[in-house]
Amino acid sequence: MDTKRKQAQLRYFYSRAAFGATPAELYRATEKPLRKTIRQLFHDSTSVDDLIIVKPEENQSRQALRQLVRDGQIDKEMLKERIRLNTQQIRDLNLLWLDRMVAGPGALREKMALFWHGHFACRPSGQNALFIQQYVNTIRRNALGKFGDLLMSVSKEPAMLQFLNNQQNKKNAPNENFAREVMELFTLGRGNYTEHDIKEAARAFTGWQYTPDGKFVFRERVHDTDDKTIFGKTGPFVGENVIAMLLENRQTARFIVGKVYRYFVADSSVDDRETGRRIEELADQFYKSGYDITNLMETVFNADWFYEPRNVGAHIKSPVELLAGMRHTLGITFDQPQPQIFVQRTLGQTLFYPPNVAGWPGGRNWIDSSSLLFRMQLPAYVLKAADVPILPKEDGDVNTESLARKGGSSFRTTVDWVTYEQAFAKTDDPMLTDTIAEALLPLPLRPDQRTLIDNQATAAATRSERIRSLTASIMSLPEYQLS
Amino acid sequence: MNRRDFLFQSALTTAGSLLIPNFLKAYELSAMGQPVAPSGKILVIVQLSGGNDGLNTVVPYRNDIYYRERPTIAIPADKVVSLTDEIGLHPSMEPLRALYDDGLLTVINNVGYPNPDRSHFRSMDIWQTGSDANQYKTSGWVGRYLDETCAGKTQQPFRTIEVDDTLSLAMKGESLNGIALLDPKKLYNQTRSKLVTGLSHEHPNDNQSVAYLYKTLAETVSTADYVFEKTTQKRTVSGAAYPNHELGNRLHTVAQLIESGIGTSVYYVSISGFDTHINQLGQQARLLGQYAEAVSAFMTDLKAAGRQNDVLLMTFSEFGRRVRQNASNGTDHGTASNVFLIGGGLPARGVLNESPNLSNLTDGDLNYTVDFRQIYATLLRDYLGTDDVAVLGRSFEPLKLV
Repeated sequence: MDTKRKQAQLRYFYSRAAFGATPAELYRATEKPLRKTIRQLFHDSTSVDDLIIVKPEENQSRQALRQLVRDGQIDKEMLKERIRLNTQQIRDLNLLWLDRMVAGPGALREKMALFWHGHFACRPSGQNALFIQQYVNTIRRNALGKFGDLLMSVSKEPAMLQFLNNQQNKKNAPNENFAREVMELFTLGRGNYTEHDIKEAARAFTGWQYTPDGKFVFRERVHDTDDKTIFGKTGPFVGENVIAMLLENRQTARFIVGKVYRYFVADSSVDDRETGRRIEELADQFYKSGYDITNLMETVFNADWFYEPRNVGAHIKSPVELLAGMRHTLGITFDQPQPQIFVQRTLGQTLFYPPNVAGWPGGRNWIDSSSLLFRMQLPAYVLKAADVPILPKEDGDVNTESLARKGGSSFRTTVDWVTYEQAFAKTDDPMLTDTIAEALLPLPLRPDQRTLIDNQATAAATRSERIRSLTASIMSLPEYQLS
Repeated sequence: MNRRDFLFQSALTTAGSLLIPNFLKAYELSAMGQPVAPSGKILVIVQLSGGNDGLNTVVPYRNDIYYRERPTIAIPADKVVSLTDEIGLHPSMEPLRALYDDGLLTVINNVGYPNPDRSHFRSMDIWQTGSDANQYKTSGWVGRYLDETCAGKTQQPFRTIEVDDTLSLAMKGESLNGIALLDPKKLYNQTRSKLVTGLSHEHPNDNQSVAYLYKTLAETVSTADYVFEKTTQKRTVSGAAYPNHELGNRLHTVAQLIESGIGTSVYYVSISGFDTHINQLGQQARLLGQYAEAVSAFMTDLKAAGRQNDVLLMTFSEFGRRVRQNASNGTDHGTASNVFLIGGGLPARGVLNESPNLSNLTDGDLNYTVDFRQIYATLLRDYLGTDDVAVLGRSFEPLKLV
């Protein structure tokens, strides 16, 4: 295979399995077999370090804070301050996670975790930063393990139990929210269970609660110990039994694999027969492997069909993928944290704030006239400190105000241009535009695009300035929104 | 200057003249400037974000329970702008009295939906998508209205405009999206860079994603161009003095867009700050005052332009608030609340339905009697003249509004 084609494959692989690659990473990888590079990326994601912003012993729940106010230990101003601090800690978790995505070594794990965050979508009810910290670390730890372990542990996370109201799910007063979403969104998908299954499963989940300090607890006195009939089986089932039944059902493997395929391979073309058969095969393998996520992903990334031309450039990057990818490629750090939240909010993907329990719909939903213009301007904001003239909407919630509108004006960033430029040291001047484009885009430049981009760079006095100008222009193209 | 002259001229003066042929095509299909709604009517939606306290907006000033449950934040009976012998408006909404007296204001009480959700984002989602409480839709009701009315035509995003920097879910359809602009000049400027204009023609491409991005870009640039040209061509100097705050400015922009004749059927505007958990009185008075001033100026403007019967303003919030006040002189998230309809040439209905029943609560919250989708359905079918079932996915019992 010629070097160019191989490099294009690698660019595609890194953009899907991770958050892109630097040109230097691409060039290094062209010297190895593709399979070895894939194996290396999995190897680099073997270990995992927790994200730590909140120290558990210092965390106070909303409830505990209210109690302190009632006891007269803190006044209302202090309460407000504590709540503000909690929101800020959630913001800091967001940024810390983003940094991990950008940094590289564990990028595959973080990419998988981002996928699972959208799948097991959860928002901080009551702004409890500790709960969110535990939730995200559970997802990250299990991101490449067995799906069953991930499902069980994330279902027992206080953040999830709180978000889906399972604390209110009690014997004689069942709340079906948790049971419904576990089936509809986490495992089977709509139409693969009955309302009766949900009602009965909700009874099995009674007693699944959490303590204010963030520990799962099974409270027997609110648990319904009577028989339940779920999927045609009758018994005094508890939550763990329901999860086991869901994993026994092959539909769960089919549902998860379908979603993985749409996310990692192709957004919309799942409907054709060939793809349908492929998903069926993968689901079969996934099921037989005991829901081994690493095994599934290795199969996908090593498959010839993964690299088919029709899949290349078919995926619209999510805002977090776009931001993390741009940072990784150019070694960008933000001097202030707020602009990165601002970008997430403006483009509609703030970590820990998915729109609802169904997660971000993705694909074309990311793109409208405003978001597309903003995406095309983003390189100018990030690389050239251009004025940012727009504001995201407020969502009306007083508790998230500090995540909201500040951070517009202009961004201050540091870019590691030196390292980036070195990668092109051996590129002849006339080849520069296309060489940079090949490292950044899923598709080759059209002649009219090349002219347009070269024209933007005519004022560049030095080679270095030219590289910077070309890079900023190429990153402004609609094609850069794709991977 | 007639329509063809205008188009010819802008074709000559626009830098991105490559996009003109397609741009022209859009208007051949539906005569330019002609409203797309068969009824010729315009709907302006004002969203109050944060959960506006409906009980202190439309005050049940004869109700003992109201005063008992809200010892420090109830609006005194002698202060309300009385509408009927049961209810009256918050005192800072005095500017709406004239509209009510002229039969232009309709109040709909107890609007909500089954199994109400008390989370801001989720309830707003439900209102914007028109979904059930346990259903997750990825398109909004105004967006689907655009799908429905512009199906088969070249996309015309300017048919539904949100006056803002970013586009709400409400405005995103299954296949078409509305457009967001804070003002025509700002959007125009954003699309004037060499890179943007240079790229802004469609590229049919085997890669569906590439084709979609370029289609969106081309439409954004042509719409920005069209709206800017139209609004600068017809600079209206209206007598109405708009208050200088966010909502005032945005409604002013809506009025300018309407008067420029761009042919938009639905406008969307939102203001925030209604999440009054703490010290509600001052905060809500300020916001409702801004709302009433801005709406009053807007309606005055439309009246002067002879358009007040063509333009209907609908105001909603994602939920109302708890009947009982909390310990911080505020209120917590609740359920049903009221919706205002103003203008549009609707028959004078005043207060459409019964006031909230404060002795029949569920967990301390009001019970809804009108599903918000009944209002949507009625406006879609009887006001805008569209197939409401196609937009909302099923039929809802219409209200006697139009």
